[in-house]
Amino acid sequence: MKALLDSFKPGLKGGEISPLQFFGKHGISVAFILCVVIFSLSTQKFLSTDNFLTVVMQASIIGTIALGVTFVVIGGNLDLSVGSLLSFATVLVVDLHDKVGPGAAILLMFVFTLLIGSVNGYLIGYLRLNSLIVTLGMLSAIQGITLVYSGGKNVDISDQENTWFAFFGREELFGIPIPALIFIVLGIVLQIVLLKSGFGRKIFAIGGNATASLFSGLRRNRLVFSTYLLSAFTTGCAALILGSRVMGSQNNVGEGYELLVLAGVILGGTSLLGGSGSIARTVIGVLILAMIQNGLLLLGFPYYTQWLVTWVVIIVAVWLDIAAKRGKLFSTY
Amino acid sequence: MSTQAELKESINPRSKENCLLVLKNVSKSFPGVKALDGVDLDVRAGEVHALLGENGAGKSTLMKILAGIYQPDGGEVILEDQLVHMSSPIEAREHGVLLIHQELSLVPDMTVAENVFLGNIPRFANIFVNNRHLNDRCGEILTRLNCKFEATERLGNLSIANQQMVEIARALVFQPKVVVFDEPTASLTDYEKVVLFGVIRELKESGTAIVYISHRMDEIFELSDRISVLRDGTYQGTFETAQTNEDEVTQRMIGRDLDADIEHQPPELGIKALKVDGLGIEGLYSDISFDVHVGEVVGFYGLVGAGRTEVMETIFGLRKPDSGSVQINGEDLIINSPSDAIDHGLGLVPESRKEQGLVLGMSCKDNTTLANIRKFTRFGWIDTAAERAIFEEYMEKLRIKCPGWEYETLNLSGGNQQKVVIGKWLSTSPKILILDEPTRGIDVGSKSEIHHLIRELAKSGLAVIVVSSEMPEVLTVSDRIIAMYDGSITQCFDRNEVTEDTLIRAITGQTV
Repeated sequence: MKALLDSFKPGLKGGEISPLQFFGKHGISVAFILCVVIFSLSTQKFLSTDNFLTVVMQASIIGTIALGVTFVVIGGNLDLSVGSLLSFATVLVVDLHDKVGPGAAILLMFVFTLLIGSVNGYLIGYLRLNSLIVTLGMLSAIQGITLVYSGGKNVDISDQENTWFAFFGREELFGIPIPALIFIVLGIVLQIVLLKSGFGRKIFAIGGNATASLFSGLRRNRLVFSTYLLSAFTTGCAALILGSRVMGSQNNVGEGYELLVLAGVILGGTSLLGGSGSIARTVIGVLILAMIQNGLLLLGFPYYTQWLVTWVVIIVAVWLDIAAKRGKLFSTY
Repeated sequence: MSTQAELKESINPRSKENCLLVLKNVSKSFPGVKALDGVDLDVRAGEVHALLGENGAGKSTLMKILAGIYQPDGGEVILEDQLVHMSSPIEAREHGVLLIHQELSLVPDMTVAENVFLGNIPRFANIFVNNRHLNDRCGEILTRLNCKFEATERLGNLSIANQQMVEIARALVFQPKVVVFDEPTASLTDYEKVVLFGVIRELKESGTAIVYISHRMDEIFELSDRISVLRDGTYQGTFETAQTNEDEVTQRMIGRDLDADIEHQPPELGIKALKVDGLGIEGLYSDISFDVHVGEVVGFYGLVGAGRTEVMETIFGLRKPDSGSVQINGEDLIINSPSDAIDHGLGLVPESRKEQGLVLGMSCKDNTTLANIRKFTRFGWIDTAAERAIFEEYMEKLRIKCPGWEYETLNLSGGNQQKVVIGKWLSTSPKILILDEPTRGIDVGSKSEIHHLIRELAKSGLAVIVVSSEMPEVLTVSDRIIAMYDGSITQCFDRNEVTEDTLIRAITGQTV
């Protein structure tokens, strides 16, 4: 019976897989463990609960955004507007905090964030415009809106000690910082949504083959639209963490975040072509990036070293991923 | 005696006069399908060698091996007495073997001349392109081909037929030894066809070996010197064109007497499930009227481009008709989208299973429930157990060979992929099922299974439409056959009154 089953696997005999294929499947976990081992051996401070929580804390903002963006990318699109959307949302919630109170501020922040997400979703889902162009444009447009809104000034919360708004960025529950908790809980929920809900299944389908999905009666416009709502929502959550932690905001606080987010998603092995990917792996991807950042700082490297190292790590990850798929390290022609 | 002669031949291929290209015992397998099984072929310099075979017989695979796109699993390719190994299209071109594709491989935004010299642009000091020189040389080739457009024209502005001529012009630049034409006339008008045949004859005179693939018998008999036949990936022999006739090669191609395996009984007709009245889309097809009853299979037969697929896509809500109406179970309906169509009990097994039928990266189970995911979700959550149950039910019913429900459809053979697509539609419990080219490119075993299945579905109370370009297929499965030519229905036949001859006439627009 087993021989019969194995005979269906092209080029593979019972359980044997090549090192390359192993990397394709488990490369991200290997990289994660490798990172932990290397940094633990080189600096004593690295392997401690405190430092681990710091890493998760650092990863939480980019990570939370990446959760939503993973849906967008699996659906076959990109979202480059999340960086400036984070700036906008943070400025908005911090500024409104003193004007209308924390509850209303949070509500209004989410309303406007989702509104911007739905503009992205409408242009890309219903008008079928290219997502790169739309969200790249949106990136600058939101920057403009943020500056117009704030008049170019940084915003602050005046009474930083006595507001429950501090909960999202500064407090802990069972010894776990709230930002880390938001990131983890949202990650678990969205992983279940992705794998177990009809919505998640359909996102995989439209990203994997838009034409076949159309022939199967899926409504791509609606589905793409909702992925952008989702990425706007998780960006709103990240703004909540950021605003609460800093209790103030610069106009360009999220600048460059879109690329860090995308780096985490790609490192997690989500294909930019759509149709494959996983929230859990995105989380690991983002954690690796945060670990590199943290470890290099602990080792005493200047902070900008991480940019170079991050780039190298991503290139190697993407290369191994592609090499595993074609079964060869190099392309023939 | 004969074995000795064969032995001698295999030692010295020259004994077959002027053999420019010899294929010996070439095999190629894809997961689950043996596409070529020990195929031999010899092509002489200065001949037009036609390659015949049904869809899925292995012609395209063989040609892709010649062009370096695929590598054979076994066997030899011998070019001018040299054993050659072509691991890429570039290498094939260096050896002088050129394939002119069915699908064009041109760059629409470049000029004709740039396309013609693509990959081979004459340069000054290896850097600079002399555009005037380029255009002049291209112009010469175009004149030779009798083309009526300029070398400086943007390629995208040309008609498909003219683009095809550009593709041919490109082949001529390389002064190839072997040119393979894969269905070159599919998109050509009669005039352009005459020009193309002129070019092919000219190439032949100059000593080039031509391999010519086509489904059109008349062309093959007009043009070729010899004919080789493939069936289900095996070599069926080579004939001198002058000494054979259509019947003989057809029989070799199909491998059986056509009428032998058809035991047809007229079905018990139920109510009219689908009625299409005066349907038309400008520029694609016009005035399409027909109906399908519960319990019958209606075959749509015609050449590629006759508009059959477009009609089906319109019924399924993928295209918007300019005129006409569709009734399902006597009710006038406007179907705006595939999901509307599914709600009204329609199913469409599309023409291209890889592009339109399956999400290849998803599992068999996930593909099976894709068109019907609502039925398997409760409050938004998928009931995986129910999904598995339905997939396993169809795996057994349709005899899908697959290691398990989580197996990616990418790795299944064509026949099993097609069965998954059919299972997907059956799981929506359709009342009307449309199958567009249901057995294209799949092996002969799965083919007859699918044919039986289609008959059985009709018997069990479905109204079935089968669109096909293969005559044996429409003859095997249909109760009625509707012939289409150039966007309109030319004739409607009862299974019992149809002959191959009348059918061929009806789909080629010859008056009966």
